[in-house]
Order: sequence, then structure tokens, then C-alpha cells
Amino acid sequence: MAARSVPLSRLSGHWSGWAAALLVSAFVLLPLLAVLWFAGGGSRPGPADWAALRFTVLQATLSAVFSVLLAVPVARALARRRFIGRGVLITVMGAPFILPVIVAVLGLLAVFGRSGIVNQALVWAGLPPFQIYGLHGVVLAHVFFNLPLATRLFLQGWQGIPAERFRLAASLGFTPLDVFRQLELPMLRNTLPGAAMVIFAICLSSFAVALTLGGGPRATTVELAIYQAFRFDFDLGRAAVLAMIQMALVTLAALLVLRLGRMESFGRGMDRPVRRWDAESWPLRCLDTAVIFAAALFILLPLGAVVWRGLPGVMDLPVQVWRAAWVSTVMALASTLVAVALALALAHLALHHRRIEAVGLLGIAASPFVIGTGLFLLINPFSDPVRWAFVVTALVNALAALPFALRVLIPGLRDVIRDFGPLADSLGLTGFARLRWLVLPRLRRPLGFAAGLTAALSMGDLGVIALFADPERATLPLQILRLMGAYRMETAAGAGLLLLMLSLSLFWLFDQGGRRDVDA
Amino acid sequence: MKPHVLLATLLMASPALAQTPVLTVYTYDSFVSDWGPGPAIKEAFEAECGCTLNFVGAGDGAALLGRLRLEGTRSPADIVLGLDTGLIAAARETGLFMAHTIEADLDLPVEWTDPLFLPFDWGYFAFVGNRGAEHPTNFRELAASDLGIVIQDPRSSTPGLGLLMWIKSVYGDEAAGIWEGLADNIVTVTPGWSEAYGLFLEGEADLVLSYTTSPAYHLIAEDDDSKVALPFTEGHYMQIEVAGILAASEQPELADQFMRFMISDGFQNVIPTTNWMYPVAMPEAGLPDGFSTLIQPETAILAPIEQADALRDLALDEWLRVLSR
Repeated sequence: MAARSVPLSRLSGHWSGWAAALLVSAFVLLPLLAVLWFAGGGSRPGPADWAALRFTVLQATLSAVFSVLLAVPVARALARRRFIGRGVLITVMGAPFILPVIVAVLGLLAVFGRSGIVNQALVWAGLPPFQIYGLHGVVLAHVFFNLPLATRLFLQGWQGIPAERFRLAASLGFTPLDVFRQLELPMLRNTLPGAAMVIFAICLSSFAVALTLGGGPRATTVELAIYQAFRFDFDLGRAAVLAMIQMALVTLAALLVLRLGRMESFGRGMDRPVRRWDAESWPLRCLDTAVIFAAALFILLPLGAVVWRGLPGVMDLPVQVWRAAWVSTVMALASTLVAVALALALAHLALHHRRIEAVGLLGIAASPFVIGTGLFLLINPFSDPVRWAFVVTALVNALAALPFALRVLIPGLRDVIRDFGPLADSLGLTGFARLRWLVLPRLRRPLGFAAGLTAALSMGDLGVIALFADPERATLPLQILRLMGAYRMETAAGAGLLLLMLSLSLFWLFDQGGRRDVDA
Repeated sequence: MKPHVLLATLLMASPALAQTPVLTVYTYDSFVSDWGPGPAIKEAFEAECGCTLNFVGAGDGAALLGRLRLEGTRSPADIVLGLDTGLIAAARETGLFMAHTIEADLDLPVEWTDPLFLPFDWGYFAFVGNRGAEHPTNFRELAASDLGIVIQDPRSSTPGLGLLMWIKSVYGDEAAGIWEGLADNIVTVTPGWSEAYGLFLEGEADLVLSYTTSPAYHLIAEDDDSKVALPFTEGHYMQIEVAGILAASEQPELADQFMRFMISDGFQNVIPTTNWMYPVAMPEAGLPDGFSTLIQPETAILAPIEQADALRDLALDEWLRVLSR
């Protein structure tokens, strides 16, 4: 009897988590089923589709591996060093992640393109030019987008190691290598697979970056194959099957990673400022400085190009762009609210059922195109889908940001519950009071980061515009696309700069909100 | 009343519906954007029809047709505007369109007799480059040159498909060979026109696949005469954009009135400097100044609508095979 009552109480205690999981699954799976039902069943992908699948998995794997491997030294250097402008650098480094693809690609090309800075330098030095188009270009762009994200996730891991541990390590005379083995490596084992997993998932549905920088049809991804099935052959059955394969891949990868990852932690600290006695030698200082400098250059040069290209246009942006900026801001805030609420509920559940995190990944695993089509089919019999454009786009954006919010929240929440759960239990602190007095205050830093990430991500996302474009309430990314489509490249670049500034401001506001008086 | 019907009625109920008739026109997104022809055309038509013209934008021409197929006969659209010659066969097959009653002499380089679809503008595809640079005059010369070109993917872009059909129509069985020659000229392939044109303007390539009318934008809107379209001796492939009335429309008279308006000055005047295409019925005011400087291809190429689909599939297979190597 007693043994049985435990799981029951657990289940009832996590109703919000299960509800969130159900909601997310339904929002992804129902549209997929609707598409299948409309198509009268699935149809077999052709040989070109399998080739696309192979390329997709290859580029996503390479992108994830390089992003996390390069992020480790960067995060370590940032964790060990304090310097003026460090906070600003960390915020600004998050920018590539939130830019609309085409704006970011044009920024990258200003640096690595045919007439970009790198090639001008190479020509000046009498060296052969660098050709960005190809698989390496795709990976380079994905690393540019995701390196900052991985860096932030690892940085969070480093911040999770209590200051007392480093103090103890110093008093025991640990060398930097000892510190790495005893403190940093266990932390990385916890955070690295998860970071790689979300980056793999997001790169899997890459479409415009892969094609534009891939240099031709060799770089066809599954998402393009899905689009082609809809546009060219109107074979919705094939589109749905391809979407399911993509989803299965992400789920498989997620389950594998969640099995691999460990649940170790460092125990509670006293929230003292961290001092790194182990890293005070000159060679290490030089190394860290070089790493930070290189990473900053890699991220900031293309961003600088986005700013530079946007400056002439940003001064006299038409009123429609400002209106779109307002729509996008409101939408980003709505998405943030939804995503953070879902992520909090799912994170609580994931402490007991780790695999539930895979549900959070469904949002980016599913092809946005198929989800959009399915939602259209579901809404259309009852109402004009355009009326629901705002709600649908906000929800789709929230779901796309959910995996990142989860990745940020789960480790933090795990520590809070482990360290303070027993105390809260003994005080009878449960339900909303527990959330209000324990979880939210202790989780402020990751919550702020997660909210900032979601808000910024939703600002830059195009969502499901093909079928849900509301002409009266166009978002800023859609307006940028329209400006480009009407030859107005300079105004589009200006609007891109506006988007960059707005996204960063939102990100900074949330992130700082979470960090205030925590760093003291 | 079934609950969902009730819900639908409640959601659709709007005071405007009861008083003035509403004509719903589906079109591609860039048509309704603030920089496209949509706003001016809406104002002009509403001034004479005593109705509300409701433009609904959805992606591009192919996405438009996709949406229509999802909705079927329940589509609220009266008119679909913005399909092009490559999509007409598929659009006809849906059986959703009905014949229009307009008889007009259109200013098109080819004869137009389709009973279902009426053109509203047209243009030629062409490579666009910078004035004064090296300019090949046909595909073989282009393939032999060292010039870098940006093109669009035919699977996701209309101009991309246009180039595919252009080369296939001219070279037939030799098309694969032309693509083999062009392979080392192709800097990259983009999903859409905007990305390709943006890349070209940033200096990533010497030439971009666009329209013969593209230089007119730079000339008229930016006072910049540095961009030119390259005349090719093989002739140039055409794009004709058309509109059709849906058989399920509840307002066939109003729809017909719109189709007549579509080939009148109120509509056609707006086209050259918003859609940057040629009007199908020359407005009284003629073409804007910059247009006289544009190249005038001697040969207009267009695959017959009935054969377009088969040709397209063949050409796409070839294209994928050659460029995937």
C-alpha cells in the first residue's frame, strides 16, 4: 500500500508537467496526423530524399560537434577571467543565434565571402583565396550561430561549481590539470551531451543556410525535400513521412544523449564569488586572452558587418517597419511567457523522468513547414486561419525555443531541489508557495537567461509564414524579406540592424534581470 | 446547427460583411506588401466597385496553389492572382477554376488563348551584371568564361525554375552538357530570388539570374545606371503571371469586373514600378522613362503549357544529377 502511494503522489504533484508534455506533443503530433490524413496516408521517399537525409545528418553532426568542442575553451576562458566589458561581450555574443538567416548569412559573407575581409587579407598576403561555399561553409555558419549558445550553456555549468570547491582545490595545491580532471571534466560530462543534442536538433531542420552556403543541390536538406514535396509534387504524404523521419532522428539522438549524460552535481555552495587560484599563471592568462580574442573576432566581425550594412538604412526606416517591430516585440513577449511556463513545468517533471526532455525537442525536430500545413488543415474548417496567425506564430516560436529554455533550466532546477528540497519539505513548502519562495528566487539566473533566449529567438524567427501570413500584422523578419523581395536591400539591411538591436535589448533585459545582485 | 458551424459563424461575423460585398483575392506575398502593387490597386478598384477588395497574401505562386489545394472547394477566395505559366497546368488539373469572359487584345510577345487564366503582367528572365564588365552573349560563352553566377534553386524558386526551362527549351538533349559547363561558374544556389540578388549586390558573384527589367529599378528608384541585363542570342525565357476565377466564387460578376479592371489602366499603370514587370495592356501614359533603356530580346521562349510539366521533371532530374556530382 505504502509503496504504491508514492508514485501516485508523484504523479499528482507533477500534473502541470504532464499537462505541458501533453500540450507540446499534441501541438506537434496533431498537425502531422492532419497532414497524413489529408494526404490519405504516407508515401515513400525517393532516392533524392535519402541523399538529402544523409547530408542533413552529416552536416548537423559536424555542426554540433564543432560547436561544442570549440565552445569548451571559450567558456573556460570566460569563466576564469574577469575583465571590463565581459558582460557586454557575453550578451553580444548571443546575437548570431537570433538573427534572421539571410541577415546573418550576408554578415558572414562580408567576412568570409568572395570579396570579404578574409579574402582581401589573403589576396594582400599573396595567398590563394578562401572558398566558403560547400559543406565546410555550412558547418562554419552553424558554428557561428551555435557556438555562443554552447558557450553560454557551459559557462552556466562553470558557474554551477561552488566557489568553495576552487578554494579547496587551491589549498590542496591542485594544478590546472587537476582542476580540469576533478572539477571541470565532471561538469562537462553533464552539460556537453545536452548542448550537442539541442544544436544537432536545430541544425537538422536548417534549410536556407545549408542551401545558400552549401553551394548547390548537393547540400539539399530534409527540410528542403519537404518543401519540394509540397510545392512541386503536392505530395503531402511524402512531406509527412520525411517530417516523421526527421522527428525520429532527433528523438533517437535525444534518448541516447539523455542515457549517456550523468546526474552528478557538486553540492551546495555559499554563493561566494569565485576566485581561480589555479589559473593565475601567465601562460594560462595569455592562452585565455587569445581564446577570448579569437572567439570575439569570429562572432563580432560578421555582426559588425550587419551593423555596418544596416547603418545607412536604419536612419529612415518606413513606418511599416516600425509597426512590424512592434508586432514582433509583442509576439516575442507572448512566446516567452508560454515557453518559460512550459519549460518550468517540464523541467520539474524531467527531474523524475529524464526522458521527458525529449518531448521538449519535438518543437524543433518537427518540420515547421509540416506543422504549419497541419495547423492550417486543423483550423481551416472552423475559422479563417489568418485570424489565428498571431496565436499560431507565437506558439510555434515558443515551441521552437522550448528545448533551449529546458536545457538552461533543468540543471539549475536540479541543484535547487537537491540542495533545498529537503528543507522546503520539512517546512511544508509546497505548490505555488514553493515556486514563489524557493524555485523562482533560486532559479533567477537561468530563468532570466532562458527568457532572454526565447524572446530574442522569437523576434528573429519567421515562424510558419507561408500559410499564416497576416498582411495587417507582418512581423519584422517577414518585412525584411519583403523589402529584399522589392529590391530594397539597403532598407532591409537597416531593418535587420533594428531587429538585431531589439532582440539584443530584450535578451539583455531578461538576462540582466536574472543576474542582478547575483554576481555581487 | 452543428457546434463548429456556429463557431465559424461567430468568428466570421463582421459588420462590413452585411453591407458591402467583399471580393477575396489570393495572391503572393510580395504583391500585397507595402512595396508591391497591392495597396494602390486596392484603392483604385474600391473607388469604382463599391466593394471591399480583400487581398490575402500567401508565400509565392507555388505556395498559393498549394494553399488552394488544401482548401479545395471550400476556399473563401474568389480570384487567385499570381500563378505563372509553369503552374497553369497543375492549377487547371485541380478543376477549381472557371472560364472568364474577358476578350482582350493583350500586348504579349506570344499568343494567349487560355480560357481559364488571364495574364496581368510578364517579363523575361536574364542574367544581370555590372556595366562595363565582361559579358557573354549566350550560355556556351557563359560556361566557357570564368564569371561567377548566383542562381536560384528550381525546387523553391520561380526564377530558378525559369532558368531550368530556358536551358531545356533551347538545348533539349544537350541541356545536361550546358549545365556541366556551367557547374564551375555557379558560386552558389539560393532558395529564393532575394537571397541571390542580395549576394550579387554584395559582390559575391559577377552575374545573378533575375529579369531584364531589374536594371530599371536601380535606374528609377536609385538613379543608378550601373546594372545591366545581358542579351542572350538564344532568346530569353518568359514569365507570364496570370489570374483566374474560382468556380466556387459566390460573386462571379464582381470577379469578372475585377478581371476587366485588371487589364485596365488603373491596374496596369502600377505594375512597372511596383512589380517591375511589363504590363499586358499598355497604359495610356506608356512605360516609365527608365524602361526604354532596357534590352528587348528578339526571341521570346516559352514551353507550351501542356508540355511544361513533363519537360520540367526531365530537366530537374538532369539538373540534380549534374550539379550533385
